[in-house]
Amino acid sequence: MTGTLLTEKNLSAQRPVLFRYALLQLRDRELADDAVQETLLAALQSVSDFEGKAGLRTWLIGILKHKIADHWRRSARESFVPEFTQIDEDDGETGEDEFFMSNGHWNGGPKAWADPEVALKQQEFWAIYETCQNNLPPKMAKVFMLRELVGLEADEICQEIGLSEANYWVIMHRARLGLRECLEIRWFNNTKQEKHHA
Amino acid sequence: MRSCRDISALVSQGLDKKLSWRERFSVWMHLMMCTRCRNFQKQTQFIRKAARHYTDDLQSRFNNRS
Repeated sequence: MTGTLLTEKNLSAQRPVLFRYALLQLRDRELADDAVQETLLAALQSVSDFEGKAGLRTWLIGILKHKIADHWRRSARESFVPEFTQIDEDDGETGEDEFFMSNGHWNGGPKAWADPEVALKQQEFWAIYETCQNNLPPKMAKVFMLRELVGLEADEICQEIGLSEANYWVIMHRARLGLRECLEIRWFNNTKQEKHHA
Repeated sequence: MRSCRDISALVSQGLDKKLSWRERFSVWMHLMMCTRCRNFQKQTQFIRKAARHYTDDLQSRFNNRS
């Protein structure tokens, strides 16, 4: 039964997600490609270990993590801690208190953004986007990146990080509130005037 | 009545799973009269789009850089 799931076609369908996962940690396209290649090969060789319970992608990411760990061991950069395996215990679960008043109304809250689409084409916007994303607490940033950059599903992320579903919703809500606010303060509030000048 | 806090939480959840009929209905009702929550919805969709662009951009930035 499990054999049918592990065709080469099914495996290579997972390649883009695995690649993005590897890329975020290895920060090098070629290394990421290699790690994914090795992962898919290892998967094909150990088809019998796949129990089907965890889901194909979760299983493959498990293998990929080993390949990435192998890479760090080989490259002897002992002081370097890959970001996804770093600190899992931090304040990723802080609530949304600063964003709302006690009656549940917005404290400040989202203003209208002028021309967000234009921002996507501006170099300076990406520097700010990156800063805002990196400003999230580590665990929150990790959950956010697994969802929005790597493209894992909520349940896969819960499994990967060991989160309850309720925790996941709180963390993602908080991450989006934080990122939104940061972009508004640093970009959308600032550039309006500049654009009018130009 | 659900608060902006609850509604924005549902809006966020709606990006990661399919909400129930009841939840979708309360979001819809609330958004009709609440500009800030409408902005929140638009902006979180924009953030998703930005994150995708950012990922594509990373792929070219990390091109053979070792």
